[in-house]
Amino acid sequence: MSDETMTLFSPRLAARLDTLVEKYPVRRSALVPMLLYAQDEIGYLSDAVISEVAQRIGITELEVRNVATYYSMLRFKPAGRYNVQVCTNISCMLRGGFEIYERFQEELGIGHKSVTSDGLFSLEEVECIGACCWAPAIQVNYEFYDDLTPELVPGILDACRLKARTEETDAHA
Amino acid sequence: MPRLVSHPDEVKIVSRRFGLGADKIDRYVELGGYESAKKCLAQGPDWIINEMKASSLRGRGGAGFPAGLKWSFVPKQSAKPKYVLVNGDESEPGTCKDHLIFLHDPHAVIEGTIIAGLAIGAKLGFIYLRGEYRYLLEIMEKAVADAYAKGFLGKNIFGSETEFQVITHSGAGAYEVGEESALMESLEGKRGVPRIKPPFPAVVGLYGGPTVINNAETIATVPHVIAMGGAAYAEVGSPRNGGTRLFGISGHVERPGVYELPMGYNLKKMIYEVAGGIRGGRGLKAVVPGGSSTPVLLPEEIDIGMDFDQVGKAGSMLGSGGVVVIDDQTCIVEFALRSISFYQHESCGWCIPCREGTDWLKKSMMRFHAGFGEAKDIDNIQYLAENMLGRTFCPLGDAAAMPMLGFVKKFRKEFEEHLNGKPCPFAKHVELAVI
Repeated sequence: MSDETMTLFSPRLAARLDTLVEKYPVRRSALVPMLLYAQDEIGYLSDAVISEVAQRIGITELEVRNVATYYSMLRFKPAGRYNVQVCTNISCMLRGGFEIYERFQEELGIGHKSVTSDGLFSLEEVECIGACCWAPAIQVNYEFYDDLTPELVPGILDACRLKARTEETDAHA
Repeated sequence: MPRLVSHPDEVKIVSRRFGLGADKIDRYVELGGYESAKKCLAQGPDWIINEMKASSLRGRGGAGFPAGLKWSFVPKQSAKPKYVLVNGDESEPGTCKDHLIFLHDPHAVIEGTIIAGLAIGAKLGFIYLRGEYRYLLEIMEKAVADAYAKGFLGKNIFGSETEFQVITHSGAGAYEVGEESALMESLEGKRGVPRIKPPFPAVVGLYGGPTVINNAETIATVPHVIAMGGAAYAEVGSPRNGGTRLFGISGHVERPGVYELPMGYNLKKMIYEVAGGIRGGRGLKAVVPGGSSTPVLLPEEIDIGMDFDQVGKAGSMLGSGGVVVIDDQTCIVEFALRSISFYQHESCGWCIPCREGTDWLKKSMMRFHAGFGEAKDIDNIQYLAENMLGRTFCPLGDAAAMPMLGFVKKFRKEFEEHLNGKPCPFAKHVELAVI
C-alpha cells in the first residue's frame, strides 16, 4: 500500500498504518487498532475503508466485517463530528448519569445513536468508561468530562460549537 | 483530569508517584524508577519468581490468583516464543484504578512488564488498553518511545545482552476482552470470544506461545515488590494477601476516589472514614464490594477486612476493588436492571446460557421495574441465574448471574413491593437505550 494514489487515507495515517502492520509478530494483530484509527479519520467504516483494511492486512473483507461487528466503538454509519457518549452504568447512574443523558437529549433534540441534522453532534448512551470515581462522566470523542451536573451540559456543547467554527475559519484561512 | 484524593490511612506504594510528574522518564528515574528492572536483570528468573511468591501479590484484575505462582507455570524451555501481556482493558463497572496508573505512572507498567519478561524468558511484551483510553494510550506510547530512546527497551536492555521489546495496543470497546483468553483473541485480530481451558495461557497462549497475562495494576506493583523485597511487601497486607490495593470507591459517598489501602482494610471504615460516609447524611442500603460482578453486601455485612479471603467468606468477592456504595433512596430493582442490561449488552453470544440467560434476566428485571412483575418471576430470576453459573467458557456468565442472585435473595421484599402493578417507590427511569 505504499502507492499513495491507492489509499483513502491521509499520507500521515497511511504511513502510520504501514508501520502498524509491521510492528506485530503477525500482521492480523493490527486489525482492530487499524479499524479504529481509520474510523477516527474517515468517520465510520465505509465499504471502501473495509476493503482497504482487508488489503492491508491480507484477509478477506468478510473476515474484517466479522471482527469489526464485535467491537462497540466501531460503527458502520457516520457519527456526528462530536460524538457525545454518556455513561449511565451503575457508578454514574447513582450520581445522576441518567439526568445528564436526558439533558443532552433535550439540548440536542436527538436520542440514542442519532445524529443532529447539521451533522455536528451524535449522542450515545454507553457502558462504563472507566471514570467511576469521578462520576457522572462522559466522553466527547476521546475526551473525558468528569463530575458533571446537568447544568454543565450546555457549556460543553457550546465549547464544541465554538471549536468547530474556529477550525472551519482556520481551514478557510 | 481525574481528581486525586488522599487519606491518612493510605499506604502509598503503587500510587506513590501519582501527581509527581513521573510520566516523564527522567522524573521516573529520579524517583527510583527502573532500578528494580536492573536488579532483576542481575539476579535472574528464579530469584524474581521467589520474590514474587514471597510477596503473596495476588492478581488485581479480579480473580486474585497469586502472580508469582502464575509466572512459575510458564515452561522454561519452549519451542515457541513466550510473551507477557498486560491487561489494561479495564471495563468492570465501578473500576477506574488502571486509568490513574496509565495517567500518572506509565513507566511502572513498562518496568513491571520488563521484569515479568525477565522472569519467564520472554522477549516481547504487549500492553493492551481499552479503546476508550486513547489519551492514556498516547501517554503509554510516549513512555515506551522514551524507554527505547534510553536503552531500557530494545535489543540490549540497560546495556546487557538481553532483549526486551514492548508493543502498545488499542482495543475498540468490549468488556469481555478483559477475560484473558478473549484478550488474546482480540490481540490476534479476531472477535474477542473466549477460548476453552485447558490449555492455560501459561502453556498455550498468544500466537500459541506460553504467555503470562496480568492486570495493569498487578504489573505496576511488581517494581515496588522488587524494590521493597517480597517479604516486606507481604507484611503490609493480610495473610496470603500481600501489600496494598487501589480501591476505587464510587457511588453515594461524600468523597469518592481511588484510595490505596492495605489488603484487609475494614470495609465499613473505608466507606465511613476514608470516603467520608454516605452523601447527604443518608442511610446505607447496600455495597457492591468489587465491581458490578460481585454479589451485593448488606449494611450489617460490611464489618469485614477487604482481602480476597475475607470477602469470599462473607459471600461475595474482592474482584477488581471497585467499591460501589448505594444509599437508602435507591431502588435495588432499578440498580439490578441497569447492571443486567450491561451484561446482556456485553455477552458475546458464544455460550447459550450466557446469551439467553442475560437476555431473559434483563427482560424480567424490566418487567419488574415497570410494575408488571409476578410473584413467580422472583423465583424465575433465581432459577435462570443459577442455571448460568459454571456453564459458560468465560466468567461473563457467572459475572452476570452472581449479582442477580444476590439482589433477589437479599432484597426479595423490595422485589415483592414491585408486584402487581405497584409503582416503584423510587422510580425515575424505566427505559434504557442501551440494548
